[in-house]
Amino acid sequence: MLIKKPDDIASSEITPEAVYLRRREFMQGAAAMAAMAVAPMAFSAPSPLSHTPVDARAGNPFYTGETQTPFSDASRYNNFYEFGTDKSDPAKYASALTVDPWSIDVEGEVDKPGKYALEDILKSVDIEERVYRLRCVEAWSMVIPWLGFPLSDLIRQWQPTSKAKYIQFETLYRPSEMRGQRSAFSTIDWPYIEGLRMDEAMHPLTLMSVGMYGRELPNQNGAPIRLVVPWKYGFKSVKSIVKIRFTERQPKTSWQGIAPREYGFYANVNPKVDHPRWSQRYERRLPSSLLSPNRIRTQMFNGYEEQVAGLYKGMNLRRYY
Amino acid sequence: MVDVTDRARQLRGKGWDKPLVFVLCLLPLAAVVYGAVLGGLGPDPVKALIVMTGDWAIRALLVVFSVSALRSWLGWSRLLRFRRMLGLFAGFYASLHLLVVATYLFAWDWTIVLEELSERPYIIAGFAAWLLLLPMVVTSNNYSIRRLGRRWRQLHRLIYPVMGLAWLHVVWQVRSSYLEALIYGLLIVVLALPRLRRFQFTR
Ligand code: HEM
Repeated sequence: MLIKKPDDIASSEITPEAVYLRRREFMQGAAAMAAMAVAPMAFSAPSPLSHTPVDARAGNPFYTGETQTPFSDASRYNNFYEFGTDKSDPAKYASALTVDPWSIDVEGEVDKPGKYALEDILKSVDIEERVYRLRCVEAWSMVIPWLGFPLSDLIRQWQPTSKAKYIQFETLYRPSEMRGQRSAFSTIDWPYIEGLRMDEAMHPLTLMSVGMYGRELPNQNGAPIRLVVPWKYGFKSVKSIVKIRFTERQPKTSWQGIAPREYGFYANVNPKVDHPRWSQRYERRLPSSLLSPNRIRTQMFNGYEEQVAGLYKGMNLRRYY
Repeated sequence: MVDVTDRARQLRGKGWDKPLVFVLCLLPLAAVVYGAVLGGLGPDPVKALIVMTGDWAIRALLVVFSVSALRSWLGWSRLLRFRRMLGLFAGFYASLHLLVVATYLFAWDWTIVLEELSERPYIIAGFAAWLLLLPMVVTSNNYSIRRLGRRWRQLHRLIYPVMGLAWLHVVWQVRSSYLEALIYGLLIVVLALPRLRRFQFTR
């Protein structure tokens, strides 16, 4: 059978080296496309973050030309349960969060563990713009221009050991500033945990974001630094990251803990595999309205199939949802 | 005009109270229409509308359901005068909710409807609740009461399974917080207590 457990995949298949190579090929293609860019993007708002604009040419996976969701919607309609369960709660309550100073603890199977200050991290990378589709598991989606840098840039600096097969991410736990964490009725066991397989983390599409729409990330969108994995459901793109742990075993994510049948570790966008409680075949692209609900078909891997399908070759995606 | 029954006189007795309750029951609809027409439902109005109509459907059900409990605890039998209207409004908001879901989530596509109705327990529970509401809605008139006699009361005990199914419909949707489901569940159980006791006595 084609069914292959992730554990059965030879570890050579997911060593960073193999991924570096694949990534280089990918980057060369993208660089060629970027070279053909006609004009640099113009930004309406002056950016506090310097960044390299990317090519807006159709077909560039880094930069979808689809209509962007207005900033006012992307910053006021959020799932960030640390601040409450209503979509409008994060925008209302996230201002309580202090994001400066900020650092990330790097732990586990890595040669350079330690506490890294955000300023130092930002000095070591180039910020660029990426326009990605974001598909929430709840069947709505947005198109968001992020500012950030490939996660692989950081991973390479920290030098994971050969045992590092997965990465675990942790969101800040600070109930004094995050009112949702004080709720006694939450289904989530804080802090919020997410994870990626090493090859997913090294993939050039996988972004660490520090801004959007040409400005710094609003708190409710995961300031000061968050993950963006565009081919996976939004809950994988963990916000306000304080800890990154390199592990040999697959991390147990928060949503797997809450409802393992509904939210798997992979959580790849897949119109053919329904959430047990609702269909994933369609999505409402926001902003939607009652007269034109903007209901569109969901694409395999959220439209990034060409770039990421290879990561899951031979895996039964119905089983590893 | 010609035949003024006791009941009708009683209804007219207070003149203003029924119209007042009627207008109060229309307020959620006004909020829904206001949000839908003038905006204010946010970037995902479909979802907002579904949640809003669903919330008012279950609240209206809870209000009708509380009438007889309030009567047995506090002796508020005057509330009985509003029960029919409250029940019809509960049916109305549940139907509006179903209409929004059918239009925007299912897009009136029968293959989707069949799939949802066969695969998703929370949809099955919601739909069953709505189906069981229908016979009560249809028989909420003097003619049916006279016609059905004893059986009318029996028929309207359907409110119990309706409350249970509506609760299941909400519980099975819980994602990140149990609070709402817990409140509804407690209310339903507490409001059912007096009648559960009565069932015991009659048996
Ligand atoms: C007595 C009947 C019903 C009541 C009292 C009711 C109540 C509710 C409530 C309170 C919610 C909101 C839950 C939340 O806070 O997120 C809801 C959502 C929903 N209901 Fe109902 N409902 C009823 C019937 C139905 C029927 C007949 C259907 C469809 C066939 C349906 C489909 C839905 C759907 C799809 C959602 C929203 C799921 C989402 O969040 O995307 N309901 N309902």
